[in-house]
Amino acid sequence: MAATSSVGGAAEKPASWTLRLRQAFDRHLPMDHLLPDRQPYYVGSWVYVFGVVTIAALAWVVVSGVVLSFMGPQWWHDSRVGLFFNSLHFWSVQLFFFFMVLHLWGQYFMAGWRQGRAATWMIGVVIFGISVLTAFTGYLSQQNFASQFIAINAKDAMNGAGIGAFFNVLNFGQMYGLHVMLLPIGVTILVVIHIVLVRTRGVVKPIDPEGGAR
Amino acid sequence: MIKPMGATQEEYYRGVRMVPYDLVKELVLAIVGVGVLAVLIAAVLSSPDVGPVTIATWAQQDPIDFVTTASGELAGSTTTGGYGPPYNAAGDGQSWGPIAPQKWFGVRIPIDPANSFVIQPLQRASFSNTVLGTALSAWQNGSSDQQSKWLDAYTKALANATVSDGSVVVATGDYGPLPVMMANLLGVAQSGGLDGLLVINGRFYQTDYTQPLLFMGDGGYLAGLADSAHLTGSLWGMMNETGSYPGQTWLWLYTMWYQVFPFNSDTGIIGLNAGNADLGIIILMTLLTVALALVPFIPILRDIPRWIPIHRLIWRQYYAPRKATART
Repeated sequence: MAATSSVGGAAEKPASWTLRLRQAFDRHLPMDHLLPDRQPYYVGSWVYVFGVVTIAALAWVVVSGVVLSFMGPQWWHDSRVGLFFNSLHFWSVQLFFFFMVLHLWGQYFMAGWRQGRAATWMIGVVIFGISVLTAFTGYLSQQNFASQFIAINAKDAMNGAGIGAFFNVLNFGQMYGLHVMLLPIGVTILVVIHIVLVRTRGVVKPIDPEGGAR
Repeated sequence: MIKPMGATQEEYYRGVRMVPYDLVKELVLAIVGVGVLAVLIAAVLSSPDVGPVTIATWAQQDPIDFVTTASGELAGSTTTGGYGPPYNAAGDGQSWGPIAPQKWFGVRIPIDPANSFVIQPLQRASFSNTVLGTALSAWQNGSSDQQSKWLDAYTKALANATVSDGSVVVATGDYGPLPVMMANLLGVAQSGGLDGLLVINGRFYQTDYTQPLLFMGDGGYLAGLADSAHLTGSLWGMMNETGSYPGQTWLWLYTMWYQVFPFNSDTGIIGLNAGNADLGIIILMTLLTVALALVPFIPILRDIPRWIPIHRLIWRQYYAPRKATART
């Protein structure tokens, strides 16, 4: 309560760390920015949909992946239900990459990094890179002929670059652990940061032919 | 090009006409729509699952290739035998000038192919098999010169070998204990025993298939199956998947470099060629990825969107002939 009384104080920072954090949230990401009910009139193209459908595909990748990881890596080879969930995971991943690439090209041709949005673009590229690595470990974790062949071939690229000494594509346990745990967590956290940055900054204005930002 | 936005969104959008928008509805519709699409495709097209190749299958289907590969492991002439780091010190691995990460990190996953793939499995299988035990002793007591002579003669004979009742038959010759050793290794492999022996690590649980995959990779059987399934590198390998399913199509740029100069050339340029293509391509792709991330700061790359008027299609309402109040 004592901290609350300091809110009205001019520019003085409150003593409460909790209150400082809340005020920082209020200042940088108020709820009407996080969950807006209005947007600039020029946000009308279908290109803007690529971002949200990428997130939607990621949601299905995660949901199907959680079911698969809960049942274990052998399940989908022997069960029709398991095969369906593997198929859902497989095609959700394909859709995720398809939409993400469209989103990336869309943002490129809109120069979406303008006016203080470079970090949003850069985090997006990192998300793409980690997603590629996550999918790669997924293909290695399939426990079928394709994963055998991919592993045998990919080892040369990894070893040639010195990465193979630490990232052994022939080690199923290591690839599976990375695929179901660390890499998805990394993608998800970065996607959340990416979205928060988008909502904090708002949608970028159209490119001004004169070079300014009208 | 990079201009800071106003201190707040309110300042940034000052003067811009705002219209109603329902973010939550959009997200829910997207999740439902993409979900329906994914469920439909999954239900209709299923997903690829060609069963894995086992060492047992290999030994049963192509015993000559299996025995030839095992003999090569003893001679140290297989890919794994001469690989270098991280498996052994048989070579330095790939390098480009002073850049030699394969050598820098050294042998971190030690594999001795002759011992790991042939001798040790045979030693385990020789329990109560006196003929095999005697053959193994003869091999291990033979000088390296003698072993090389046996291997040379046996390898040459394997070129004309035939298969009879699953066994490999070669012309009569001085091969020392090799025919007994190889016949036993083939028998163990055909029964499925070698699949288990190569993943033994002294513990009950294991999840590391480095040894059996390296051994199968040294042979021609798995590569032949991959070739007929159009999975190999010369056909854009990593992008492909078994059947007609899409593989990792997002790796198209990475895979493309293997098809073009200098990475498909024996001579190459500035020290980059097919021999160190893996290292060169990983370096190149790393640089390209960093460049993609830094596009906002790289002149020309960041200006292309202004020059190519795709943005005029995306924001055509904004660029439409002005009306008095259209933009405010």
